[in-house]
Amino acid sequence: MNKSFTKGSRGKLFNFFNVNRKGQPPLFLLLIASITALGMILPPVYLVLRATQSGVDEFLSILTRSRTLETIFNTLSMVAGITLLAVLVAVPLAFLTTRTDLPGKRFWLVATTLPLAIPTYVGSFALLAFAGPRGSVLQIILEPLGVDRLPSVYGWFGVVIVIGLLTYPYIMLTVRAALLGMNPSLEEAARSLGYSQRQTFFRITFPQLKPAIASGSLLVALYSIQDFGTPAMLRFDSFTRVIFTQYRAAFDRTLAAALALVLMLLVMGILLLEFKLRRAGATYYTTSSGAMKPPTIIPLGRWKWVALLFVSLIVFLTLVIPVGVILFWLFRSTLFGGVGYTSFQAVPLWEIVWNSIYAAGLGALVATIFAIPIAILSVRFRNRFTTILERCSYIGFGTPGIVIALALVFFSSSYAQFIYQEMPMLVFAYLVLFLPQAVGTIRGSLLQVNPSLEESAHSLGRNSWQTFREITLPLVRPGIISGAMLIFLTAMKELPATLILAPIGFKTLATQIWQATAEDAAFATAAEASLLILMISSVSTWIILSQEKKAS
Amino acid sequence: MIISINSVAISSQLSNKITANTRKKVQSIIMQRQYVIAGISGVALVGVMLGGCNPLQPEEDTLTIYSGRGEDLIGPLIQQAEEDLGFNIEVRYGDTAELATTIMEEGENSPADLFFGQDAGALGALKQEGRTVTIPSEILNKVDSRFRDEDGQWMGITGRSRVVAYNENQVDEDELPDSVWDLTSEEYRGRVGWAPTNGSFQAFVTAMRLVEGDERTKQWLEDMNANDPQVYSNNTTTVEAIGRGEVDMGLVNNYYLFRFLADDPDFPVQHHYTRGDAASMVNIAGVSVLDTADDTSQAFEFINYLVSEESQTFFAAETKEYPLIPGMEPPADQLELDEIDPPEIDLGNLEDLEGTLSLLQEAGVL
Repeated sequence: MNKSFTKGSRGKLFNFFNVNRKGQPPLFLLLIASITALGMILPPVYLVLRATQSGVDEFLSILTRSRTLETIFNTLSMVAGITLLAVLVAVPLAFLTTRTDLPGKRFWLVATTLPLAIPTYVGSFALLAFAGPRGSVLQIILEPLGVDRLPSVYGWFGVVIVIGLLTYPYIMLTVRAALLGMNPSLEEAARSLGYSQRQTFFRITFPQLKPAIASGSLLVALYSIQDFGTPAMLRFDSFTRVIFTQYRAAFDRTLAAALALVLMLLVMGILLLEFKLRRAGATYYTTSSGAMKPPTIIPLGRWKWVALLFVSLIVFLTLVIPVGVILFWLFRSTLFGGVGYTSFQAVPLWEIVWNSIYAAGLGALVATIFAIPIAILSVRFRNRFTTILERCSYIGFGTPGIVIALALVFFSSSYAQFIYQEMPMLVFAYLVLFLPQAVGTIRGSLLQVNPSLEESAHSLGRNSWQTFREITLPLVRPGIISGAMLIFLTAMKELPATLILAPIGFKTLATQIWQATAEDAAFATAAEASLLILMISSVSTWIILSQEKKAS
Repeated sequence: MIISINSVAISSQLSNKITANTRKKVQSIIMQRQYVIAGISGVALVGVMLGGCNPLQPEEDTLTIYSGRGEDLIGPLIQQAEEDLGFNIEVRYGDTAELATTIMEEGENSPADLFFGQDAGALGALKQEGRTVTIPSEILNKVDSRFRDEDGQWMGITGRSRVVAYNENQVDEDELPDSVWDLTSEEYRGRVGWAPTNGSFQAFVTAMRLVEGDERTKQWLEDMNANDPQVYSNNTTTVEAIGRGEVDMGLVNNYYLFRFLADDPDFPVQHHYTRGDAASMVNIAGVSVLDTADDTSQAFEFINYLVSEESQTFFAAETKEYPLIPGMEPPADQLELDEIDPPEIDLGNLEDLEGTLSLLQEAGVL
């Protein structure tokens, strides 16, 4: 049984592909993970470098002002609200589309994943156009009933609704992956012992979903803490606004960096919280050696209509309304009889579309590849170093894109000019920004794989690399696919890093939307680009999800 | 017994081997397809890495511009300029403030030759960082001294006036304020929209500080803040909200309305100018040449081109901004600059944004 270990420990000191001593991770994993770690370190290093240049008095005076403290508190309460809403929406949806006989499951699955593709400020516009205090669809409909002005959707409530409803797919996808990877025999055992459907869900299924819910919620929380566009448009005073004011109004990078470090501290606090919530030693894989059966489909019966209502409501709010607003923008001039405001385009639309797909696709590929070692290290070779590595990979996701962009500008224009403002740099930026999405999903899948499978591979004479290739990789495939898809969808609408780091003239659909609405009012152009993002996202989601079905 | 135990051991080993074999077979089929996918991705990756590397900076004959002005607005002009001037022009479009910050972050390795900003604030910030070079006086003198830096580090290309846009269905003509000071009175409670985070608003407050002094400006800000102002994120959203009737009037720039009117000629919003106070100030969109420019003569040629009659006419006709060279017609349907009677302020002083920011923060507006 110790064949592989003796093979490795004889011969070279560092065997690249083998586990050196028991519990020591193979070097190839460590190497790749270390490269990633290097990338993760760049933004905090940049921030510290800049922050130390700023005046301490100024920094302290801004930080200790009661308004700033109020803002930090508001931000945290916003994050909590958003996460709660997202969980409440995502978990039932994941369950309904995976475990029940809901009609049209594949369609609902794609439709409930798509909100990720909607840029959040399109969502804000949609909310205002639909439910704004005056002149919105709802208000116009209710006007004959004497409703002159609707209650304000601005502020905390609006932000929670928009971001919560547009980011719940993060949780939904991770929970879905967990549900797919679960061994149904536990539930069957519970049913055979006399527990009802509900009891089985809450006592058996739900506890196993906790790590998936936690990792998805982490993504939601970090996304909301760094989002600037939505709070800006919906008049919510978030901490990112304090940072952005320094960049945009005072042109003070040093003070902004100091404040961004404070934000990073908040992010680390959230990371710590999620880490504590995870029951680190819990086993989520099955210890039985039984073959994996497909999960039992739960018939909904009467509840089918309630379920359909719920799912339709969510899709209506998160897709139909935004798409409606987008179509309204597109046909505005036709509807109102205007000449239309056509914007100048040096780059043809098809090239913009290709650029978006190319950049996002590359980003998804690279980020997923680099996420795999980190996920494996943090699950199979848990020690302080690998845990910190895994936690630190999330920091990029919780940092505003402009900060990451400036950090990379700083390092790249000084030390790596040959790739500055070239594709590799942009892809690297996507890596830093979006890697944790894949780490979370792959971890979730890996937790469900019984380590004894890998151990038996070792005992059959496979070295670590072969085990990884032949056993681990295929089994975490759902996690890898979900992770890659998440990154693809998010990268398609990424803005600040793309504006600054992409090669000159490299336009994406996201930059197109921004150009059309930031200091201009070319709604038709923005609408076109938004629709294209949605179409590409639906097609790719559909393709990837159908691959998943075939494999399982 | 030993024999039977052995046979059990052997048969279980056998059955394990059989299932292991089938499993391996299935896995190898899956792995083959994955190898193909992995292979293609690997080739793509390598292709990107090789193609993306830029060993030389082939910037010799190219003017590189970082522009906070959108491609929608100046794209056609850039194309025309390339033809007329005979050299390549590459433009990075983005947010004015973010691009200025990027230039500062890039330092001496910045690829940018020229910066085209939406407001004087960014230009002033670059000047303060020492990143700009002096523009030759024969080009500088083409615009009035009000619209350029006194040290020649930047110059304005077009002007934009601040206006009070209002919903014509909800506001009568006699309700319109004569000056910005009126807006703090009770009759305007909850009816005025503004965008404190927007650059042009902050420039307006800076102008007010220059004309009226810090104390009076702070008083105005506090009074306005107490009068239930409707807060928006930028000019576009303010005008859009006015059109919907969500807010009766707002403090914006002059050229947004015309985009909306192009889509919908019946868009119910009109412009009103206050007289002689900071609310009718004229801000500029302008350029500065950077110290990292490879060929400053190209940059100066381009600036010269921007202040030529053809270009200035383009700006008036297409982007609806005020031309800054003397003797030109204002954009159609808009008041002459002299009629607006903007206050006499040195736009160079608009650089003092830090002071404005602190004031806005003290007044509780930001």
